[in-house]
Amino acid sequence: MIAAAILGAVGIITVAGAVGVVATRSVVYAAVFLLLSLVGVAGLFLMMLAEFIALAQILIYGGAITIVLLFAIMLTRAPEQAHQQDNQQRPLAAMACFGLFILLTATALSTPWRTRDASSDPMAEFTALSELLFSDFLIPFEIASLVLLVALIGAVVLTRSGREGA
Amino acid sequence: MTLLDLITIAVIVFVLFNGVLTVVLGVIWAERKALARLQQRVGPSRTGPSGILQTAADAVKLMLKEDVRPGSVNRLIFYLAPLLIFTPIFMLWMVLPFSSGLILSDLDIGLFYVVAILGLSVVGHVLAGWASNNKYALLGSARNAAQLISYELPLVFAVLAVGLLAQTATDRPFSLAGIVEAQGGVPYLLIMPLGFALFLVGALAETARIPFDIPHAEEEIVGGAFVEYSGIRWGVFFLTEYAGLATMAFLAAILFLGGWNGPFSDQFPPLQPLYLILKISAIILLVFWIRAPLPRLRIDQLMAFAWKLAIPASLVNLVVVATVVYAQQRNDWELWLAGGIISVVSIALAVVTGFIIQRRREQRLNQFRQRWAQ
Repeated sequence: MIAAAILGAVGIITVAGAVGVVATRSVVYAAVFLLLSLVGVAGLFLMMLAEFIALAQILIYGGAITIVLLFAIMLTRAPEQAHQQDNQQRPLAAMACFGLFILLTATALSTPWRTRDASSDPMAEFTALSELLFSDFLIPFEIASLVLLVALIGAVVLTRSGREGA
Repeated sequence: MTLLDLITIAVIVFVLFNGVLTVVLGVIWAERKALARLQQRVGPSRTGPSGILQTAADAVKLMLKEDVRPGSVNRLIFYLAPLLIFTPIFMLWMVLPFSSGLILSDLDIGLFYVVAILGLSVVGHVLAGWASNNKYALLGSARNAAQLISYELPLVFAVLAVGLLAQTATDRPFSLAGIVEAQGGVPYLLIMPLGFALFLVGALAETARIPFDIPHAEEEIVGGAFVEYSGIRWGVFFLTEYAGLATMAFLAAILFLGGWNGPFSDQFPPLQPLYLILKISAIILLVFWIRAPLPRLRIDQLMAFAWKLAIPASLVNLVVVATVVYAQQRNDWELWLAGGIISVVSIALAVVTGFIIQRRREQRLNQFRQRWAQ
């Protein structure tokens, strides 16, 4: 009962954060709301006993992604208040979002979710996940890291090109 | 989960919170005393015996002080930032084991929890700098973020190597209690001195201690992110710094010094917290000792040290530990040979890379010198 109440509260926080991201006019507020929403998602994972995924969510999204976002906002000196909240692409964006929502819901409903209860060994899940990552999903895993490497080199090249010969 | 559980949790959190605050008061007093001794001064001596109540008096003073908020700050984020900075450090104390029986939450992946939560406090620092609407504060928070991101990597790699080592002696290698039990014989400081050194450097940088206090740098940027804060909000920053120091020393004692293990600690469990406190105090004193004689690094030296030395060294440490652990588990001489070759090659690669980087740096410095001479 109380667990369900906590789950509901975490869910409300997550959704409220997500609404805040799109509703606020300040980009920094949007980043803070995003952090709230992402940590809320980690809380949802935690309530569903997926400790490892929850911590990975906090590590990657709560720490790293939010920092990169805030850094980008501060270094590019983006104006704090956006002058215009929306433009003519509104119907298109609504359609895209609705399509994505349908797609995700359909996937979520059609996937046979494996569940675990609190008594099962969390370490076994952890081990199974890492074994899968380094066997069946090794190539996608490595490709993801390659994408990050390319992005990193691209960022270095882009920032260096301005001061050639310096 | 019942209502009673919730109340119990609330009481535990309240007790732990006040415990952390008391520890911080003690650490601040110890630092002022130790630093004074190292500098041939007396240190606090008037408030209570040996000035032991000095920090408590300072805390009361900070709480009573007027909370000045400059008019140009972003009020919401300005007030939010100190909380965002302190909360992660406090959350770390939830998984720290005090003895084999006294663990609030013995997570199976406690090591990963520590790493994940540690990264969160950067957000608060960056927000504090931004919300203050002050150039020095923004510079301080930018420095802080750069430093925390850079030194998190050697720290995490050193911690990962500990997990790998613990795997040989326990079936819960990522639980902090499991790691301590795995060090029953030999503490990992003796097996992996490089890992301990990297962890200590990373911890000093994460807590922005001298010689890594570049984010504060009172003489350059007048205190960094907390320059606009006053009263108890400034106190929260100060508190976080020392709580972070205590947490890092705690982690170092658990991960590298064998935690609560010591002579007769298995027969006499009450001895365990005592050993742990002794080890933590030793590390905290070491940090004070490092602080006393060293000057502050320059920001480029700090970054160069992280990316050219600490991160490659931590990777080498990880590879060597991984190969040795693997070979030892299989107990196969061919694997020992392969592990040896991989270790030697990775060390050689690290040395050669460092050498090339150093030479290119010197070449570029020479180019600058020639241009200046013209």
